[in-house]
Amino acid sequence: MFESFDAILLARIQFAFTIAFHIVFPAFTIGLASYLAVLLGLWLKTGRGVYLRLFDFWKTIFALSFGMGVVSGIVMSYQFGTNWSAFSDKAGPVIGPLMGYEVLTAFFLEAGFLGIMLFGREKVGRGLHFVATLMVAFGTLLSATWILAVNSWMQTPQGFAINEVGQFVPVDWWAVIFSPSFPYRLIHMVLAAFLTTALVVGAVAAWHKLRGRDWPEVHTMFTMAMGMILVVAPLQIFMGDLHGLNTLEHQPVKVMAMEGHFESHPNGAPLILFGFPDREAQTVHWSVEIPKLSSLILKHDLNAPLDGLDTVPRDLQPPVEIVFWSFRIMVALGFAMLGLGLWSLAAFLRGRLHDSRNLHRYALAMGPAGFVAVLAGWITTEVGRQPWTVYGHMLTADSASPISAAAVGASLVAFIIVYFAIFGTGVVYILRLMARLPEVDEDDLTDGPLRSAGITPGPARKESHHGH
Amino acid sequence: MDIDLPTVWAGIIAFAVLAYVVMDGFDLGIGILFPLFPEKEDRDVMMNSVAPVWDGNETWLVMGGGGLLAVFPLAYATILPALYAPLTVMLLALVFRGVAFEYRWRSDTGSRRWDVAFFGGSAVATFAQGIALGALVQGIAIEDRAYAGGWWDWLTPFSIATGLALLAGYALLGACWLVLKTEGGLHAAARKLAMRAGLATLAGMGVVSLWTPFLNPGYLDRWFGWPTIGFSLVVPLLVAGAAYGLWRGLTRGPDWLPFLAALGLFVLGFAGVGISFYPWIVPFALTIEEAAAPEESLVFLLWGSVVLLPMILGYTAYAYWVFRGKLRHGEGYH
Repeated sequence: MFESFDAILLARIQFAFTIAFHIVFPAFTIGLASYLAVLLGLWLKTGRGVYLRLFDFWKTIFALSFGMGVVSGIVMSYQFGTNWSAFSDKAGPVIGPLMGYEVLTAFFLEAGFLGIMLFGREKVGRGLHFVATLMVAFGTLLSATWILAVNSWMQTPQGFAINEVGQFVPVDWWAVIFSPSFPYRLIHMVLAAFLTTALVVGAVAAWHKLRGRDWPEVHTMFTMAMGMILVVAPLQIFMGDLHGLNTLEHQPVKVMAMEGHFESHPNGAPLILFGFPDREAQTVHWSVEIPKLSSLILKHDLNAPLDGLDTVPRDLQPPVEIVFWSFRIMVALGFAMLGLGLWSLAAFLRGRLHDSRNLHRYALAMGPAGFVAVLAGWITTEVGRQPWTVYGHMLTADSASPISAAAVGASLVAFIIVYFAIFGTGVVYILRLMARLPEVDEDDLTDGPLRSAGITPGPARKESHHGH
Repeated sequence: MDIDLPTVWAGIIAFAVLAYVVMDGFDLGIGILFPLFPEKEDRDVMMNSVAPVWDGNETWLVMGGGGLLAVFPLAYATILPALYAPLTVMLLALVFRGVAFEYRWRSDTGSRRWDVAFFGGSAVATFAQGIALGALVQGIAIEDRAYAGGWWDWLTPFSIATGLALLAGYALLGACWLVLKTEGGLHAAARKLAMRAGLATLAGMGVVSLWTPFLNPGYLDRWFGWPTIGFSLVVPLLVAGAAYGLWRGLTRGPDWLPFLAALGLFVLGFAGVGISFYPWIVPFALTIEEAAAPEESLVFLLWGSVVLLPMILGYTAYAYWVFRGKLRHGEGYH
């Protein structure tokens, strides 16, 4: 008994570790693929070299990130079977076809057109190259759609029956795919990906700006990124709120954990800003609360009653401590992003978007914020639905493979070593690429619009070739 | 419905696995051959000859695994735990070689290191795949819808033999791909290597084929009982034909002939496995019928496959077409 519990815990750690490593790459490449398509489209439309140079600059970074996403993703597709075989047997008939569609519609599309997008511009012509780039971007979004459909079904399952051998059998595919939380999750994740990319692009531009390289490429990057954040950050906060309301409706226990509500509040629940949840004592120590605000946010009524974890048996409560904190980290970062967008708007209105050093420092500091927020968000939703793999129907403890703890532990150690070595190196290469400047085309020196922008001093231009 | 859905799906999964084996086979083969080409320029050309397509090739691996989960969940849930160690090693090896495609060009000083990673990853992934195949052929213990064997069951002399045979086979595919895609000294060296790898592949196929019937009376009966003995007579004849094609192509034939002949060898070897297995999906433990998902799952994904697989094959072919022709030194995509 003890041994099998150990194996499950190790399998959970392994899954959490490998998927946390994996999600970082799609979170970045989903947004980046769309950004590349936009850059290429702008180049085809306006003919301005700056867009093509930015495309080539980010294309290389995309290729590296995408490669890491692919190889870490292949691991995921096999881990369902190696570590979670009981789950695969039971839930495979429902989630398997959805993942099958992900392969058929998204993976092949991305992989098939990636080569042409990266290497084929001269071979296929501008039009087809643009089509290939659009296909890659479209593929990343389709991939997100299917995987979020799978995850949403596991969180809010419907449209199935259970057969005589205990398998989940699909009875209504429409209901399976469009499970109640799916639209919220999908939009929340895609917006998160766009934000993550915009924050990285903005930080790269800010870094170059802080080093005095105020060139058209940097200028364009910064403007586009800040514009994106200004639009998407508030949208994301709005979307996150809707998603929270949806979770309250379908997974109320998760919301109790997020809010740290151990006690039920029949006359309006307070919003706990900070504190230290203690699952043993079933209370939040040193909590800083705003009375009634939680009821106002969640029910739009100051005095609406809210149930607490005291209505849930102990063994069906999620690990409150983790969910409580990860949720706060995500929300805080979301507002920090909104702050960046608003600051940029204010700077833009005063004509100082490109020379406010404090803004650039802030944008640089916010570069990794998207990744942290995405991870925190996924931790909130995944840990918050414990102890279930299929919410309300299949326990995590009943999902694992009949594999010894030693086997799972050994492979976990191998994954940790390899991932840190390989992806650590990859991140170093990516940072190095980011630190270079977009390739500058000599033709631009006679290019009217760029010259008239008055920000292409000679000596700095030469520096750009340094290191190529 | 009259169509036997599980059998149709077994055919589709088999096709996906075969597509994976021949497509990733040649780009893994390139990696296996890497140490035999010490010149950086040669290695650049070798890598560039597969850089635009390897990602698509590897996607068939996800199709095979993901497809299995979707339509034969019980097979997926029993085979994968049984092959836990070789599959984990394969995945980690694929991580190394996959990133080597990009890292090699991004590292100022460490390209040697990523060459080693590319070779090591390719060779280890291949060996692990061969072992996994051998372990499946020799059988997997299943009880009560779960894997019931031990942690080391996959490791036997037979599975090591299949691992070595696959190494030879992928090296052959890689060498024949280079015959097709290169010219000059690299081309000549590839021809020589293809000849040697061809002999090793035939030897490996021979050993594994003669060994298999002795693993289980079921195989013996399958290959030497009536009517399947017909296959036992025809398959070796066809193998001999493909071997002749390979030899002919490597001595005086056109450059596409060896690759085609090598593909023929793989198709035949794969057909041999199919003949041994049908109607089992895990030999003598689990039939295609028993492992199949409920009909609703089979039908739902079948619609998509019927429509999408031809499209996938279409644009995959187009991608190969775009990057057709011989590569020269210094010419590449990075």
